[in-house]
Amino acid sequence: MKKNGPILTTISFLTYIFIYAPIVMVVVYSFNLAKYGAGWTGFTTKWYAALFRNEMALEAAKNTLILACSSTLVATTLGTLLGVGLSRYNFPGKRLFSWLMYIPLVIPDILMAVSLLLFYGLIRQWLGLFELGMSTMIVSHVTFEIPFVAIVVRARMIGLNPSIEEAAADLGANTWKTFWYVTFPLILPGVLSGALLAFTMSLDDFVVSFFTTGPGATTLPILIYSSVKRGITPDINALSSLMILASIVLTVLVQIFGRKEQERGSKIT
Amino acid sequence: MSAETIKKRRDLILSSLTSGPGIVWVCLFLLVPLISVMAISFLTRGEYGDIEWTFTFDNYKRFFGYGIFGFDPLYPIIIVRSFILAAGTAALCVLAALPLAFFISFLPPRYKGIALTLVIIPFWTNLLIRTYAWQILLAPGSILSNLVHFIGIVPEDVPALPSAGAVYAGMVCDFLPYMVLPLYTSIEKIDWKIAEAAMDLGGNGRRVFRHAVLPQIMPGLVAGIILVFIPALGQYVIPDLLGGAKTVMLGNAIGQQFGASRDWPFGSAIAFFAMGIVMMGLWLYARVARKHGEEALL
Repeated sequence: MKKNGPILTTISFLTYIFIYAPIVMVVVYSFNLAKYGAGWTGFTTKWYAALFRNEMALEAAKNTLILACSSTLVATTLGTLLGVGLSRYNFPGKRLFSWLMYIPLVIPDILMAVSLLLFYGLIRQWLGLFELGMSTMIVSHVTFEIPFVAIVVRARMIGLNPSIEEAAADLGANTWKTFWYVTFPLILPGVLSGALLAFTMSLDDFVVSFFTTGPGATTLPILIYSSVKRGITPDINALSSLMILASIVLTVLVQIFGRKEQERGSKIT
Repeated sequence: MSAETIKKRRDLILSSLTSGPGIVWVCLFLLVPLISVMAISFLTRGEYGDIEWTFTFDNYKRFFGYGIFGFDPLYPIIIVRSFILAAGTAALCVLAALPLAFFISFLPPRYKGIALTLVIIPFWTNLLIRTYAWQILLAPGSILSNLVHFIGIVPEDVPALPSAGAVYAGMVCDFLPYMVLPLYTSIEKIDWKIAEAAMDLGGNGRRVFRHAVLPQIMPGLVAGIILVFIPALGQYVIPDLLGGAKTVMLGNAIGQQFGASRDWPFGSAIAFFAMGIVMMGLWLYARVARKHGEEALL
């Protein structure tokens, strides 16, 4: 009964083709000689060369990296501490907060985007802070990245064997030393995969950036969007292919990382 | 001081040292903005697109069709359409995810991980890129657009893009992992002895599936439907790039008010409505998850 028949196998392969068709299409078109139209006229790598001479694309790439790196750094720090705290200590309102933390995972990104835009607008009126631009984008990205890091780290903390920490305490280590020398190295893989997740999410985001950016701070997705609205140029396909490659590498890293750790974890406990 | 009070106090101090900054950040930049949306939705738009501090229900009245000149169905239509598109997406995702989830679950253990990773990878690539790729795929004269005309899914004289069909294609392509993952988890837990017993008792394939398998995967199915429905309802990019005026959804209506129309109070009213639906969905999901002891999806 638990066997894959030919029908199930065929349908499943078609489904895989369906979800990969768009990605493959963009990559294929990035090597297409034709500048306009849907036809294939020959193989070329000139759009990649054109991309690296495109000042706007390079500037946007720089902005995207600044945004992804800085938001990941802040979100990983705060998210790790949050995950540790949530798994170890009790405080009033903890259940409510744990629930609140799941909102960014499921809320449509347009809701997060406009609520932040509105919030920045109100604060700007009253305090003159949060001029739209790179800084507001970073704050926005940190906000949706923190929960992801915290949830991964919390899961890792819950999976830890408490007797290891108890042993450290029995040997005279104080709370801080136990955390830094015993707990932190053990949860480090979780912290790193949380950071990779946060970084990937920052690269993937378009809607939140689009609504919370200001003049001069264009990211790659925003650049792609405006090109799509004007009509796609082939070098945008080249750019998109490179971004797809980056996401795939990051995702595979997270997966390999997670699986290795799971195997090691099951050996320890 | 009793030992318990000391423990409580210690917990509170260590909590604020560890979780404190994260909690403050999330409350300040997630909770407060969401509350501001709620508050602003009851205010008035000023002449120059600013916000006037006059309390009103007008934004909601307008949203539900009570315009200045009588009934105006513009926004009620958008509400209904969004629900239909989101529900349709969820239904199509069920149809596509069921065979795939069973297929992955029946694979030999060492291929399962790879097959699952293959489902997840597109999900982590940029949605904007995957969406405009459908523009290429469905461009006039492309193989796929000729195919849909040939089969007759789309009539000859109607372009394949922009269309509701294109929006569905983009949506299902994007949200499929949300359905496959919980379904797969449920399928892995199936007690096949029940299905075998049903077979032995003479049930045919369909009846065995209906009465012995389906009830066992119901929690995954419900979780998947909710997880697809919620983000689909507020999708912005896909209807924007693949649809036209006839596929404007709640997300696009919100974006419009916060962008070109610059009517933040009205945009907030739509956003607050959408948020209410999201919260209801989340609450339902939490109930299903708790009842069946499922892990939250990540």
